[in-house]
Amino acid sequence: MIEVKDVRFTYPTGVEALKGVSLTIGDGEFVAIMGQNGAGKTTLVKHFNGLLKPAKGVVLVDGVSTKDVSVAKLARTVGFVFQNPDHQLFSETVEEEIAFGLRNFGFDAATIEKRVTWALNLLDLEEYRKTSPFMLSGGERKRVALASVLAWDPKIVILDEPTIGQDHRQKENLRQFIVHLNSQGKTVVVVTHDVEFVAECSPRVVLMTGGEIVADGEAKKILTDTALTLRASIVPPQVTRIFLGLKDFGLPSDVIDVSEAKRLLVDYLRGG
Amino acid sequence: MFVVAVLFNEFIPLAVLFLLQLPFVFVAGVKREFLRSLRGAAFFATIIFVFNFVFGYFYQTYGGESLLEYSLTMSLRFLVLVESFSIFFLTTSPDHLGLALEQSRVPYEFTFAFTTAVRFVPVLAEEAQTIMDAQKARGLELERGNFLKRVRNYIPILIPLIVSAIRRSLELAETMESRAWGASPKRTNLYVLKMKLGDLVLVALTVAFLALGVYVRYFVSIPSLTQLIPGFFF
Amino acid sequence: MILTGPSGCGKTTLCRCFNGLIPHFYEGELKGELRVAGLKVTEHQIFEMAQRVGLVFQNPENQLFALSVEKDVAFGLENLGMARDEIRKRVDWALQTTGIEDLRERAPHELSGGQQQRVAIASVLAMQPKIMVFDEPTSFLDPLGAQKIFEVINDLNKKLGITVILVEHRLDLASRYADHVIVMDSGKIALDGKPREIFNLETTRLLGVGVPKAVRLWGLLQQSGVKVEGVPVSSEEATQYLREVLKR
Repeated sequence: MIEVKDVRFTYPTGVEALKGVSLTIGDGEFVAIMGQNGAGKTTLVKHFNGLLKPAKGVVLVDGVSTKDVSVAKLARTVGFVFQNPDHQLFSETVEEEIAFGLRNFGFDAATIEKRVTWALNLLDLEEYRKTSPFMLSGGERKRVALASVLAWDPKIVILDEPTIGQDHRQKENLRQFIVHLNSQGKTVVVVTHDVEFVAECSPRVVLMTGGEIVADGEAKKILTDTALTLRASIVPPQVTRIFLGLKDFGLPSDVIDVSEAKRLLVDYLRGG
Repeated sequence: MFVVAVLFNEFIPLAVLFLLQLPFVFVAGVKREFLRSLRGAAFFATIIFVFNFVFGYFYQTYGGESLLEYSLTMSLRFLVLVESFSIFFLTTSPDHLGLALEQSRVPYEFTFAFTTAVRFVPVLAEEAQTIMDAQKARGLELERGNFLKRVRNYIPILIPLIVSAIRRSLELAETMESRAWGASPKRTNLYVLKMKLGDLVLVALTVAFLALGVYVRYFVSIPSLTQLIPGFFF
Repeated sequence: MILTGPSGCGKTTLCRCFNGLIPHFYEGELKGELRVAGLKVTEHQIFEMAQRVGLVFQNPENQLFALSVEKDVAFGLENLGMARDEIRKRVDWALQTTGIEDLRERAPHELSGGQQQRVAIASVLAMQPKIMVFDEPTSFLDPLGAQKIFEVINDLNKKLGITVILVEHRLDLASRYADHVIVMDSGKIALDGKPREIFNLETTRLLGVGVPKAVRLWGLLQQSGVKVEGVPVSSEEATQYLREVLKR
């Protein structure tokens, strides 16, 4: 469980990135932290694994303040997958890359073997076991980075903008994978500005702007609230925008999913 | 000023030189950065002082002045050298420097490499920080371990940094080519540095100053502080 | 024109062909004929092609290397050995057209991703090419930033008559501006036609292209037997068409 209590944080450059943020994420939740670039999303999640320590306020992970533990220790519970996989890849083979975290955490050789195989299979990378990560395509490198973090089975997994640069199919695969992870009991936190992606998985949404949390709740309610999306400078899902202009027909305005949109329209036309 | 500093072994002239640099600092408005570089230099200056003092005690190679003064002088000379460079770099913006290089007929490839390097320093610094964060988040401990282990721990930081730098240069090269790099053997420049009256005056002064320095060194005998303030130094 | 397709289909490679990076910068084998803006690419150096075909890349940070925006925009023109007054005029014009006049003196490192991309666009624009190719220019930008870039690109096309080739995944935001769509797959061109036709095809979706949600909705309605006419490429159009349908 992650508890954020009235946290303030200012970067050395003088930019106040978090202006009193409070939030609780329970075990097994699926949360999307949204907002435009510069809203403070990445700054916030970097507090979850201790990379950043709050200037004021406190961040508790499973009851322990992040100020009292090293990043490496926290990482055992809180896995963080960075936006750019190339910031992590350095080994000679994919196998080595995945074993890196495991070695750091002191797993024994036999367990490392097992976990590496498990992670490779989880992300469909077995065929690349002995390949150099630098030889792989962009999407494949992302999977390697993800595998290397999941290998040590952290309770909480944070993904920072996982959909950047991915095509439609890759995003779809990723979405299914994240949902699968969550269904296995992992707490999943996704930082993203991809509204359509969020509309498709419908997690709990925490909306940020200007270093503050302006909304926290159901994806459906938040993404269809025009005042909110305007304030946070995010573009609502296309389906939502379509239904905005249909309010006078008596159609509901809290639609974010295409299938639901279709159902509503078909019902309306049939029912008259 | 650098040249003149090397000429002297005595305390007083060096002190003079050091003080002379200060007005430049104020005029250029780089007080804060100057003080910062002073702090860094002071560390080394102290080392020089200690070394000179200790070795001098055992070997007595100086003459005419006390050991203390000698050590002080050496430290001061170091400071003057470092600071004159520091002022130079603090007051000259990198692109003026680049332009100056270009106009002095240095081939454009080199000046370009120079300005581009300067441009990307903050970017690389930020990236290094991100890479460190990413690897720390995989359990990499950068603060513990003996010396050898710590050096090894930096490999996961260096490799991504280097790979990223290479990738970056490739993208840059693509961009440059796409903007007609190499189209014409003679490039024009948007800006041209001109010698203003102030610049000419400064050049004249510098030459005069240098001449004065040479004169004083060889023709004027400078009393050492010890002789001036006897009994103060042992 | 929008060029799209799943990852690895060859769109990026094709872009590099347009201005000569392939075959001159990259090694490999080039078969067949390639003629762009009246010039045979294999016979002309990149710097010749660059005056007719501009290329804007994905990562804004790595396209800016000068120490100020103004210098960056002037870079291409300086390379061409143009007269200083002409350079100044063109730089002013390029900055105005892309709406970044106020960023003239700024250093690239201080700018946001969207601003950086606009500088990159201005730098290419300054050379006044007839064709401009954009390789996933909004990958690193948030939706609002992406929208702004698409508007700028659209202006270049509609107001200045520059031929635009845009490689994109984010069809939700970009498709309203296009009048021609090409879908690639495994190194070949799979589909070629008008946006409204192409996006509505089942094949397009099966190839892995992220067709705009509005079109998806349209497809689903059609499947359910609802009689719909036209194909919307933006949420506004969809709303409009739907209102017609619902009124009946």
